[in-house]
Amino acid sequence: MDAAWVALTLSLKVAGWATAINLLLGVGVGYALARWRFPGRNLVDAALTLPMVMPPTVLGYYLLVVIGSQGVVGAWLLEHFGIRLIFTWQAAVIAAAIVSFPLVFKAARVAFETVDTQLEDAARTLGIREMGVFFRISLPLAWRGILAGLLLAFARALGEFGATLMVAGSIAGKTQTLSIAVYEAVQAGQDDTANFLVAITSITCIAVLLSAGRLMPGRVLARG
Amino acid sequence: MTPCPARFFAALAAACIGLSAQAADLTVSAASSLTNALREIAPLFEAAHPGTQVRMNFGASGGLLQQIAKGAPADVFASADQETMNQAQAKSLIKTDLRRNFVSNQLVVIVPTATSKTPATAADLTQPAYARIAIGVVASVPAGRYTKDVLDAARLWGAIEPKMIGAHNVRQVLDYVARAEVDAGFVYKTDAALMADKVKVAFSVPTAQPILYPVAPLTGAPNADAAAKFVDFLFTAPAQAVLSKFGFGKP
Repeated sequence: MDAAWVALTLSLKVAGWATAINLLLGVGVGYALARWRFPGRNLVDAALTLPMVMPPTVLGYYLLVVIGSQGVVGAWLLEHFGIRLIFTWQAAVIAAAIVSFPLVFKAARVAFETVDTQLEDAARTLGIREMGVFFRISLPLAWRGILAGLLLAFARALGEFGATLMVAGSIAGKTQTLSIAVYEAVQAGQDDTANFLVAITSITCIAVLLSAGRLMPGRVLARG
Repeated sequence: MTPCPARFFAALAAACIGLSAQAADLTVSAASSLTNALREIAPLFEAAHPGTQVRMNFGASGGLLQQIAKGAPADVFASADQETMNQAQAKSLIKTDLRRNFVSNQLVVIVPTATSKTPATAADLTQPAYARIAIGVVASVPAGRYTKDVLDAARLWGAIEPKMIGAHNVRQVLDYVARAEVDAGFVYKTDAALMADKVKVAFSVPTAQPILYPVAPLTGAPNADAAAKFVDFLFTAPAQAVLSKFGFGKP
């Protein structure tokens, strides 16, 4: 069962990195959408939500076309840095981050929108700079909602399968995440391994969801 | 006012029933390498047997076996190797007396057309120039198992396995090579021929046993009559002509 633990560790690593990336990007985008009024704001929101609703295979194909060694970005990386992303765990991180991104920025947007702007204005009248307002007023007040979004994103990243399989392949110990290991075990008829992997996955996901549930304010759940 | 949701759900329910209960449907679970050939044979069979609709389910033979073993309502099983069919037989999933080999194939090593390096033998693949080699997952993809057997016999598996990029069916190996994401891959001759513009055959890999594809109707076939007819049809001249057009050999 060693292979199962290797797969679990890899899944946690991939999901962890994806969540860290989304902490920066998702909070930034969520804040921008909550505070700035600009034409096409809802269109941007919809476009950024696409990865969550598109079939993972479509996303995987897009990624293959973009970061593959013959893709626009992939060819550039290969030529200038000798980096090949496909079949690496970093490719799995990219796939997982994109798929789970909407969960973070949506939660962040709602959380920032519920922050009373009068509090921010009050801080400004007291001479606090914009950065200070964000880090000392807005972010602490929105944090619970953001954290709930991050946990959901972590769970989603942990379970990512379709796009990951297409761009990262299934290399045991290198890119074979839990969900891919489950698929492989079932395909090969190794039911014992599959049962064990499924049990680990379920327990991990339940733990994440329970934590998310404790953090999530009811209104965020209803609106997000 | 018309209750729209009710109407919608009624229509949806009707659609679902219509989809699931076609008595004359024939479901064929077949190895990925047969995809193109069987897609051409299906309409020929339908024309010869009006009223029967052939539904195809392609995948790695090992994966298809697991689906069938877990109760998937398939009628015919065509595998790319004897071992998977033997497992099906051991589980009494197929009608053993109707099991027959219907085509043969050949294992080959392919490389992207644009590549500057072309291996001449399996031993060449141990060179550092070949950093990534796509091979079907050994546990469920027959092409992967054939590859491992050959490389084991040549005492090369230990050197090549660390470079292996596992694919979940043989067509995925083909795709990886065509996109030049790997430096080489093990597929069947018939797969390589489908993408002659993107991949080229470096060399043929002789296998200890000839690669023969068995086919059999399933014991749990919902449409047993059509299943037996479909297996027979694969041996008729029109079906064999399609198979040989795609490069499959006689068994």
